[in-house]
Amino acid sequence: MCLALPGRVVELFGTDPLERTARVSFGGVSRKISLAFTPEAELGDFVLVHVGVAIAILDEEEAQSSLAAFAELEALEAGDGDVSS
Amino acid sequence: MSLEHVDEYRDRKAIGALVHAIEREATKPWTLMEVCGGQTHSIVRYGLDQLLPDTIELVHGPGCPVCVTPIGMIDRALELAARPEVIFCTFGDMLRVPGSSEDLYHVKARGGDVRIVYSPLDAVELAATEPAREVVFFAIGFETTAPANAMAVAMAEKRGLGNFSILASHVLVPPAIEALLSAPDNRVQGFLAAGHVCAVMGSAEYEPLARRYRVPIVITGFEPLELLSGILACVRQLEAGEAKVDNAYARFVRSAGNPHAIAMLRRVFEVAPQTWRGLGEIPASGLILRSAFARFDATKRFSSDIGVVPEDPECQSGDILRGRLKPAACTAFGTRCTPENPLGAPMVSNEGACAAYFRYRGLTPTT
Repeated sequence: MCLALPGRVVELFGTDPLERTARVSFGGVSRKISLAFTPEAELGDFVLVHVGVAIAILDEEEAQSSLAAFAELEALEAGDGDVSS
Repeated sequence: MSLEHVDEYRDRKAIGALVHAIEREATKPWTLMEVCGGQTHSIVRYGLDQLLPDTIELVHGPGCPVCVTPIGMIDRALELAARPEVIFCTFGDMLRVPGSSEDLYHVKARGGDVRIVYSPLDAVELAATEPAREVVFFAIGFETTAPANAMAVAMAEKRGLGNFSILASHVLVPPAIEALLSAPDNRVQGFLAAGHVCAVMGSAEYEPLARRYRVPIVITGFEPLELLSGILACVRQLEAGEAKVDNAYARFVRSAGNPHAIAMLRRVFEVAPQTWRGLGEIPASGLILRSAFARFDATKRFSSDIGVVPEDPECQSGDILRGRLKPAACTAFGTRCTPENPLGAPMVSNEGACAAYFRYRGLTPTT
């Protein structure tokens, strides 16, 4: 029920805050999504979509920093493995 | 199909590295609860619980709105869906959820106009195109879904639609966590909070819980790497004797949540006591329509004789939802209770713990 997927805003429609929508692409499949809760969303943004409504905009910086942290941990653990083997 | 911002969180090598880090940092046994049923499915689907060291036990929480919708509310839905003037709109998950004698599929098979919608806004569109029919939307969900359901009501009001109403059964996460923590037999030492609930609500309402019950609460996402980094953050706090709210899902969760969604939720709904299927009534754990929107309340628009409805006595969903019992340990699991013939909702919901074990583990006994 709380399933939500990130998708990219590829087209914007309307200006009324309650009725503003976008076409959002999820790896090629696209849907019309409400932007009523993410009025600041722009073309090219990744939004988190739940039951037809965007509930958050991806923070690219945070995403990159957590991916970098995973990569760093991976390198560290690989290094550990070399030492112990 | 490859999805940006999804696939990179499933990297096998990074998963191994995180598991290794958790193994190294956990010096004693810890019991953690993932709150959301979506997280449970991810954990069981990717076998994350089996990758983790023996020191870490994951117990599955009550975060499945389909599972906790009271059986009396399901019976009410069945009654409404059977009315000839009604088009009953629901998320697909609800169709197989057993009421006291049948489910929505049975009503549909008998000719009831039951339609699966992707979004509550689709039900509003339907009401606009079918002015001669009564469109009732089964509005269930946690804080993630409640703003969208609220928006559907606000849109129906704005468009002057007199034929749209909702059957509302909303649940809130923090009171449920508090109910679990205050139970005398609680053994959960750390929580992975539901990332999408927090994307809407933010983190502030978890601060008093972390302080009062001395328990780490880590806001966690749904992909394998995000779940493991939530677990690692929780283990680090436990090992250090800390108890605070941490955000391991910062790519989508801000501390203030989504103010637009919160404003819509509060405009349309107010907090009320709520009965949870399997758990009983929890104070201030639900949402009802404010009186200004009472005309959109299906329970007021259509009369009903349904009173208190008892649960199937064999279903142990209450213990499953509290994390006291693992699905495969239930005596009915996979025999008298299957997705085709369920005793309770956790066996049929896409977020139900029993459904996760049945789908990904089959009938192999698990401990």
